[in-house]
Amino acid sequence: MSASYALLGILGRQSSYGYELKRDYDFFYGKDKPLAFGQVYATLSRLLRDKKISTQAAEQSGGPERKLYAITNMGRSDLESWLATPEKLHPNTQTVLFIKVVTAILLDKAPNEYLDAQRAAHLERMRELTALRRKGDLAQLLQADYALFHLEADLRWIDLTVARLQALTKEIQMRGVLHER
Amino acid sequence: MKDSGFILEAREVTKSFGLTRALQGASLEVRQGEILAIMGPSGSGKSTLLHCLAGIFKPDSGEVWFDGQRLDQLDETKRTELRRTAFGFVFQFGQLVPELSAADNIALPLLLNKVGRKEAYEKAVSWLKRLDLDGLEGRRTGELSGGEAQRVALARALVTHPRVLFADEPTGSLDSLSGEKVMDLLVDIAREEGRTVVLVTHEARVAAYADREVIVRDGKTSTQAKAEVAQ
Repeated sequence: MSASYALLGILGRQSSYGYELKRDYDFFYGKDKPLAFGQVYATLSRLLRDKKISTQAAEQSGGPERKLYAITNMGRSDLESWLATPEKLHPNTQTVLFIKVVTAILLDKAPNEYLDAQRAAHLERMRELTALRRKGDLAQLLQADYALFHLEADLRWIDLTVARLQALTKEIQMRGVLHER
Repeated sequence: MKDSGFILEAREVTKSFGLTRALQGASLEVRQGEILAIMGPSGSGKSTLLHCLAGIFKPDSGEVWFDGQRLDQLDETKRTELRRTAFGFVFQFGQLVPELSAADNIALPLLLNKVGRKEAYEKAVSWLKRLDLDGLEGRRTGELSGGEAQRVALARALVTHPRVLFADEPTGSLDSLSGEKVMDLLVDIAREEGRTVVLVTHEARVAAYADREVIVRDGKTSTQAKAEVAQ
């Protein structure tokens, strides 16, 4: 979904050929995760089908036909609406962490050991991102910042959960007694 | 004298303040040139541990070793001397003299170490340049922004070329951008000059500048194990 809007964004700047879109996408958005040509053309087909882009001109110079893609009014309006709409939160990571903590308590394992290991893994990733942002350009820095702040939020949740483990264990054990057959 | 290969070590250190047991057997080791983060929640004992490592507090029991010598067994005069010559400090607040200029503040530790006035001020000005503060030498520290003042504090801590830099929440009172600038400079200089850094922070983003972290919880230390990340 984001790749469609990223391509629309590039086309919002200027009409482009397919290979230019791939090059610009990789440069502006996907230094670490370049877009495959197949994905570029599949996305362009969907955008054409939805009338968000059009093929403006075809050019032939002895080689295969090249299509120049351009954003339509509908595409621009959709792009602007997407930009103005806040994203839904993605609580997946937190959900997995929570399920692991509760599972550890249910199985009488030590959830604090799991949380300590998770903290170490988070900090290791934060170290990598910090190193990356210190040698990268501003675009890479902003992407690393985004990831760092999310990892930091997870860590704050981990710290708070560690502080509440005793109470949580008590509560889960009491519920467990109620549900025992 | 046992050579452990570490420049700084705490072994089973305890420290109480009245009935409050701040440290209850904290241990850690720091290698030469390493940047170590001490993390933990408020009141966990992380700042007390830093103060014991730096010879500011004398532990109730346990050992603190610096460069092969028992720091905790030195008398106050020798510990003060060591703090002035071998250690540098950056704290969250209030370490600069507000009545003095930025250059005065940076030159001060050199003057206390009997460095000549001209040389001390030349060094102060060169450190100001190094920390992107050129032109601010005559400015009183009370007239500087929080980020600028903290960079002056960093310059003052590093001007004597300390073997260990102790930083206690160095970005705690700064906004994100100013904090980032301070940490970038601190780490760049520490790496360039091979300085050892002990950094106390509760912020994971700051700890991520370090080579590794030690967690302090209820006055005890635990080094985090490396974890394989699920794919």
